[in-house]
Amino acid sequence: MNDTTEALGSATDDLLEVQMAFRNFDFYYGKYHALKNINLEIYKRRVTAFIGPSGCGKSTLLRAMNRMFDLYPEQRATGELLLDGANILANSVDLNSLRAKVGMVFQKPTPFPMSIYDNIAFGVSLHEKLSKGQMEERVEWALKKAALWDEVKDKLKQSGMSLSGGQQQRLCIARGIAVKPEVLLLDEPTSALDPISTMRIEELIDELKEDFTIAIVTHNMQQAARISDYTAYMYLGELIEFGVTDQIFIKPEKKQTEDYITGRFG
Amino acid sequence: MDLYRRRRLTNRLALGLSMAAMSFGLFWLIWILWTVLDLGSAGITLRLFTQMTPAPGSEGGLANAIVGSLIMVGLATAIGTPVGIMAGIYLAEYGRQSWLGSVTRFINDILLSAPSIIIGLFIYAIYVAHMGKFSGFAGVLALAVIVVPVVVRTTENMLLLVPNSLREAAFALGAPKWSVISRITLRASAAGVVTGILLAVARISGETAPLLFTALSNQFWSLNLNEPMANLPVTIFKFAMSPVKDWQELAWAGVFLITLGVLGLNIATRVVFREKHKL
Repeated sequence: MNDTTEALGSATDDLLEVQMAFRNFDFYYGKYHALKNINLEIYKRRVTAFIGPSGCGKSTLLRAMNRMFDLYPEQRATGELLLDGANILANSVDLNSLRAKVGMVFQKPTPFPMSIYDNIAFGVSLHEKLSKGQMEERVEWALKKAALWDEVKDKLKQSGMSLSGGQQQRLCIARGIAVKPEVLLLDEPTSALDPISTMRIEELIDELKEDFTIAIVTHNMQQAARISDYTAYMYLGELIEFGVTDQIFIKPEKKQTEDYITGRFG
Repeated sequence: MDLYRRRRLTNRLALGLSMAAMSFGLFWLIWILWTVLDLGSAGITLRLFTQMTPAPGSEGGLANAIVGSLIMVGLATAIGTPVGIMAGIYLAEYGRQSWLGSVTRFINDILLSAPSIIIGLFIYAIYVAHMGKFSGFAGVLALAVIVVPVVVRTTENMLLLVPNSLREAAFALGAPKWSVISRITLRASAAGVVTGILLAVARISGETAPLLFTALSNQFWSLNLNEPMANLPVTIFKFAMSPVKDWQELAWAGVFLITLGVLGLNIATRVVFREKHKL
């Protein structure tokens, strides 16, 4: 685990910039009020973890950040959700370019039914016109960033589905970062993986935060403690406590947070 | 102990009954195939593919009927498949919950189970009667109308099998809806969609009733779609009912060809599906 002082130090870091911010944010599934008055900042090039019992709204919160909920007409959000100061909930926002800036990796690996190379080139070609050589470089860059290059460099033409679960998930991460987003949303990215693959993804997250802002939803509290700089504890659609990870885990301000973290509840 | 004996007995009974049912089904199928093979293979000669349908009493083959069938089935598939796939995409990806989608789905199901003779009569009424003559093109239209609902149904079903997580993953990369459909979901269900097309081809290659009222038949070589066009099913129908021995033999040869073709298509379908699922 990180040094407490180091983590605390980063909280007062002058370089700390706000990447995304929720302001009086509410979310509804039809009539059901799923998120209640959320106010929260996601800091640039830091890992923010969302923890809380099932159904607390942490995935909902994550899926709001790239407006995934727009796919489902009965879901809606009110309030403000800022990305670099601009409200992404505004009607004028182009969803495709928003999602190019805010990438997402899901719980289950979702390789596309195409080659490993094309899995990565697909997203890039949607937003940039690259020459063949540039695209090859980009694919290699993304696969190296996702720590997958060495395992697949000789079989880029093979189907993405031929990889193991952990490799598939790293492929999905590579696919997400190939578009060069600013923010990467990870929705329980390791819950379907074995411990070794989980460890590799965790190491990867630690490296990725040098370039990307990361928001991760996890059911695994040890994981949140290991990899995140900030932690948000949520319960029944409300943000109970938010702060520097080590503080949340060592000295939470709220009794409720402490009960959850120590396993007395949840 | 008694309980286990009873379970074993029930199991044997169920197994026996299903085996009996299976043998009953297979028995007829094999008998049909055997008869076709027995009576049809005699007529399979080079002449069959090079000569035209003969006048009674003279020698001949089925060349014009084979080519006519290939042309009409090919064109009907070429017309019906894109329409069917696009409609299937609408139903699965755009109009899942809309009333237009539900109405389309309902009408498509009716069309799917409509007797083909009705479709033949429909094309007769709206096209042949107005043009004043039977034509190959009318036959193509009738067959295309049969192709569409089959392809719509299978395309929709196959697209619905694609997990939503795959769609979300593509949307999450900033892909517009049409890219998601054309490059991800349609590709993920390609094997199933192709199966649907092959099934439709198999279905129309043996249809007789719709052609009887549209393309009719032609004793001579003709590639003109504005003229009546020879085809295997109607030729078989005509020849098999005649008392002329040569004609009967040709009819059996035609039946043999269609059976072989449909069997080949079905096998091809299975191979395609297996290849795709190896991934």
